[in-house]
Amino acid sequence: MGKRSVIPFGPQHPVLPEPIHIDLVVEDERVIEAIPSIGFIHRGLEGLVDKRDFNQMTYVVERTCGICSFQHGMGYCEAVEHIFGVDIPDRAKFLRTIWAEIGRMHSHLLWLGLLADGFGFENLFYQCWRVREKVLDLQEMTSGGRLIFSVNKVGGVMKDIPADMLKIILTTMDEVEEELKEMKKTFFNDYSVQSRLKGVGVLTKEQINRLGAVGPFARASGVVSDMRTLGYAAYPMLDFEPIISEDGDCYARCYVRMQELFQSIDLIRQAVAKIPAEGDLAVAIKGNPDGEYFMRVEQPRGEAFYYVKANGKPNLQRMRVRTPTFANVPGLCEMLKNTELADVGLLVLTIDPCISCTER
Amino acid sequence: MGEIRNPENILEVIEADDLLKRSLELTKSGYRFSQACAAFVDGKFELSYSFSDYETYQLHNLRVVIDPATEIPSITEIVPAAVFYENEMKELFGVKIKMINLDYENKLYRIRQEAPMGPQKTEEEN
Repeated sequence: MGKRSVIPFGPQHPVLPEPIHIDLVVEDERVIEAIPSIGFIHRGLEGLVDKRDFNQMTYVVERTCGICSFQHGMGYCEAVEHIFGVDIPDRAKFLRTIWAEIGRMHSHLLWLGLLADGFGFENLFYQCWRVREKVLDLQEMTSGGRLIFSVNKVGGVMKDIPADMLKIILTTMDEVEEELKEMKKTFFNDYSVQSRLKGVGVLTKEQINRLGAVGPFARASGVVSDMRTLGYAAYPMLDFEPIISEDGDCYARCYVRMQELFQSIDLIRQAVAKIPAEGDLAVAIKGNPDGEYFMRVEQPRGEAFYYVKANGKPNLQRMRVRTPTFANVPGLCEMLKNTELADVGLLVLTIDPCISCTER
Repeated sequence: MGEIRNPENILEVIEADDLLKRSLELTKSGYRFSQACAAFVDGKFELSYSFSDYETYQLHNLRVVIDPATEIPSITEIVPAAVFYENEMKELFGVKIKMINLDYENKLYRIRQEAPMGPQKTEEEN
């Protein structure tokens, strides 16, 4: 047995855009155990239900995170809409779907860039973020905000995407698809990329299920779970299958997210083709919610949970967001066991950690 | 067209003593743990433990309602993934949970106030 020591990783670390701390118990250069700590930037957003009514909480929830902002708002609104028992207009469902998939593309491109940066491929990092700018431009054009959309409301959406903008979205999707095809060759075939990702940080399907991991992290280990198949927004009207891989390593996580980018492009095209030419954007909501509901949506990082409990008053009794990263940290710690110290940064990145979400 | 499955959520109210038994039964029958959370409603803790079946997408919620003074067992021995959730319930709400596998001793979140969303908060409001 080699000499054991504890190396603190984070909360400030070059691969971490946000703070998480992990005590790495190492034996020589091998990690034996990883003990995580979160809570450095806990904001208590859930506690704001006392001060903000259920409509205002939409804005609060959207600000949980800058990357999955739209999906947070959508998940919360869908939960409250279930309590009210309202069915939002079809056009609003399609608009939510288009925005959700644009947001997923933005998130995955951001992650692919960070991953490339993590394994030292600077050029690839810039390529990913250059393409991501086009997606951010779409977000700004359609919602007015590059990151925080603020278009959701309980009962539907507040903004429309006119026909000329839908055409621009399709044109941009064509451009992004061509760029992604080129980037995909590098991510999937380049020797240096494969040498850093293949066979590293393997988790089996059984481990994933035992540790409750979600999203692309779980799908990369063969777990077929995609909450979009629950049928919220316009997903029941679109054709798609969850993308999975069986390998469970870093390469598989990269593969799943890259393929999901193409899937998002396809879903956006389907949604633009099927969106009703005109129609209401929202239904009128009368009164206050009374009841409780557990809503699940598929964010870019995986399944997110929204628990809403109301008693007929404007302020909710409880609103709880369980973010994907919160569910993925136990899987991360398991994955870190028995790996080389040099791979820790990359492994942390491959769960696509969003600590802002986690510290809601 | 991909298959869309949207089963109704199940909410099963159980006694605190049955928590471990039902958690074990659900995990044995193929459900996996999804989340746990607390709410402080009308002077009692409402604890929700959610389990999902990824074959059918069925969500099964176990609901335990307890007095603030009541201590409940940790499910982390059965469900290792519940560590953060139980620490969170303990720190933010003051739920008394015994035998958490990895007990952060109120240091999961760096917050000054003890159990800011628990009974203490209600007392301050009154």
